[in-house]
Amino acid sequence: MIMADSGSSEEVAVIGNTDITSTESENNIINTMVERGTSLLKKMEINVAEAEKRTGKNTVNMQETYTVYLIEIRPAESVTEGGTPAAPDTLWRRYSEFELLRTYLLVTYPFIIIPPLPEKRAEFVWHKLSADNLDPDFVERRRVGLENFLLRVASHHVLSNDKIFFLFLTEEKGWREAVLDTGFQDKVDSRLKSVSAMLRVKNPDKRFTALKQYSDELNTVVSQLLRVRARVADRLYGVYKVHGNYGRVFSEWSAIEREMGDGLQSAGHHMDTYAASIDDILEEEEHYADQLKEYLFYTDAVRSVCKKHELMQYELEMASQDLAYKKQQKEELVTGTVRVFSLKGMTSKLFGSETQEQRESRLSAIEQSIEEGVEAVMEKNTECRDFVSAAWEDIERFKEQKDKDLREALISYAIMQISMCKKGIQVWSNAKDCFNKM
Amino acid sequence: MIVTGLKHEPMLCTLAAPKGHPITNQLLSELFLLLTAQILPQPSDPELTNGTLVDGSSPASASSTSALLSRLQVEENSEADAAELYASTETRDLFVTVDDPKKHVSTMETYITYRVSTKTTRIEFDLPEYCVRRRYQDFDWLRVKLEETQPTNLIPPLPEKFVMKGVVDRFSEEFVETRMKALDKFLKRVADHPVLSFNPHLNAFLTAKDLNKRQGLALLTKMGESVKHVAGGYKLRARPPEFNAMGEYLDTFSQKLGTIDRIAQRILREQSEYLTELREYASVYSSWAGSEDELQRPLEGVAGCVTTCCGALEDLSENMSQDFLPVLREYVLYTETMKNVLRKRDQSQAEYEGRLEAAVLRRQEDRTPMPLEVEKCQDKMECFNADLKADWERWQCNKRQDFKQLLIGMADKNINYYEKCQTAWESLVTVLQEKQTEDKTSETN
Repeated sequence: MIMADSGSSEEVAVIGNTDITSTESENNIINTMVERGTSLLKKMEINVAEAEKRTGKNTVNMQETYTVYLIEIRPAESVTEGGTPAAPDTLWRRYSEFELLRTYLLVTYPFIIIPPLPEKRAEFVWHKLSADNLDPDFVERRRVGLENFLLRVASHHVLSNDKIFFLFLTEEKGWREAVLDTGFQDKVDSRLKSVSAMLRVKNPDKRFTALKQYSDELNTVVSQLLRVRARVADRLYGVYKVHGNYGRVFSEWSAIEREMGDGLQSAGHHMDTYAASIDDILEEEEHYADQLKEYLFYTDAVRSVCKKHELMQYELEMASQDLAYKKQQKEELVTGTVRVFSLKGMTSKLFGSETQEQRESRLSAIEQSIEEGVEAVMEKNTECRDFVSAAWEDIERFKEQKDKDLREALISYAIMQISMCKKGIQVWSNAKDCFNKM
Repeated sequence: MIVTGLKHEPMLCTLAAPKGHPITNQLLSELFLLLTAQILPQPSDPELTNGTLVDGSSPASASSTSALLSRLQVEENSEADAAELYASTETRDLFVTVDDPKKHVSTMETYITYRVSTKTTRIEFDLPEYCVRRRYQDFDWLRVKLEETQPTNLIPPLPEKFVMKGVVDRFSEEFVETRMKALDKFLKRVADHPVLSFNPHLNAFLTAKDLNKRQGLALLTKMGESVKHVAGGYKLRARPPEFNAMGEYLDTFSQKLGTIDRIAQRILREQSEYLTELREYASVYSSWAGSEDELQRPLEGVAGCVTTCCGALEDLSENMSQDFLPVLREYVLYTETMKNVLRKRDQSQAEYEGRLEAAVLRRQEDRTPMPLEVEKCQDKMECFNADLKADWERWQCNKRQDFKQLLIGMADKNINYYEKCQTAWESLVTVLQEKQTEDKTSETN
């Protein structure tokens, strides 16, 4: 198991009052999922309370407007005791700092499906929704998304114990430097390396291949769903708003009618209400879209775990290939046969064999190198096995979380639809009463 | 008081009103009180107690109406007939239905005929029941004939004759159904009309085995012609205020009707686009279900719900386009017809005023009495006014009933749509939540 900052995680463990070692966490994964007893969240209440617009100079000394988010933390006990909760510790963070935190986590815990951040720019929006980053609705939805991200990290049995994460919540100044000091950037795998790994790995783990395929499918289907949902929202908006025109025409028409006038006039008001009701309905539905988006972005996190596994598998294969080559060399040297046509073989045939001493020293050198190779392979093997077991446990946790979350999201979506139907029935019944009076 | 079908006059003049004739029974006057109480705000009007529908309450028309009546009172013989006529109308003794469309294919043309069934106790009909088949152009013939012979009456409109080829399939079930309903409405309106329902052309239309459309019914002379010949450019001296009000009402009403029609069509378009997206939405949920284990059932459930909603929306749109739009169309045409009648009335007033002016000038010169033709013109105009007012009230009453029904129908259909969707989503929530608690219990076990 790669506990990158094992030193620092001990420190955090004191704060979190948990003493999870990597082996223990492996055994307890299901438990942690069900009762998040070991997570930071048990000890601490975290929320992103508000957002604020700020203007400042950026690195290239350009004036820019950005949004900062207020993070509040307070000890959980103070809330559960029932008295007035203690004043929370607060600090401000920018979206880019959240991004840095996530990148750090991604590199440091390659075997964990790191929770995604809310979208940087509004995507899959229906036309009425602003795509402006400073739009209050967008900022508000992002605030909710960022809070959700922090809660997800804080409830993760491994991530919640990370020191940098803790500092993110507690130290406003100097946090960025502390992150960079961990040297996590050196561990970032180059894109080229991952691509070659993907292309050349010979014995991919079937489970990871299947997972990768699943996450690709999920990505495709959820982004398609979001796109279609945006169009459905657009059309529904149109249907409601066109009904609003009845409001105007009924009221104009009522002016020339005697008996029908009053009924028409008030029915017109109900049509106005109907047209206006869609705004709230669709705003609420946006929350459902955000839930889906989180899982759309999760697919990237899943893929990055798969990629990391490919890379390790590739390194393992390279090591064992290297070892096999060395063993072959040794065999050639011992038996004197050349299986494959080689320049060395040619020279030895042309210029006579080397002396016994020379052979001995070459043999011992090869044996030395084989020993090293065996060690390397073993090391890679262990590394890979550890990775797989750690990753798989997190994947299992993720799957369970995903099924639970999405089922809940679907239920709340259905409840939203029911409330929309109820509103519709209400408005049309009111209108019907008016028509009846005509 | 009298009514009139002045057969020896060069025109057919009718007053759409029942008279205080002994035949008028208790039931009848009650019916009228009910009817007029809705239309007229002055239930204490003395004329109403006589069971009169003529709106004599307006001072402008009161004198002219009584002048007309005194003149017409000479024709004693027609009074009894007419009264009988009206009494029978109001007890509804003529029932017509248009149904059972059939397609006929011949070498020359393909067309649809409709069954026209009649049930009646009227003595004008030899049999109590008739059943004939008529096609659209027969209805058209009837309407033309009615317009020719009853120029002072409001003739209900037929559905549009021309349909754009290619855009609408004239033989599609939907089109034929809609047209059949409109034809049924037309014929019922004619049959319920106290004057139009006695038109011999209607009788021929309802009863003749073969409708001889060239057959001119000799006793009825065309009078529409004479109206048309009057110079159209004549400016009316003073149109009675009630007709001004009618004209203004019709202008505004047809404008609002047009707007409602456009809104309704736009909603249908938006709904059909919404439906297209919704169908795709359902299919995305289905395909997602294919790549999940635990979530497969919930996702399939959502797909099922969305599909149910699609079905409900389809029903809603279909109902609206088949029940709502045709009624609007009918009223657009009805309003146009009403405007035409109003215009013809103006022409007849213009003719009268023109002749009167000429006569007054001449009389100043040679002191001759008022020529007969001026009086005839006046009669004609008075007839027009009276007919128009009666038809107007009838039309207003119909309109109010029809729109009340139409709008209630619209509300009902929307309520029904939402109820169907709500039921679908509610059953899904129940299933999903049951599954959830099930999972939880199995987890703790």
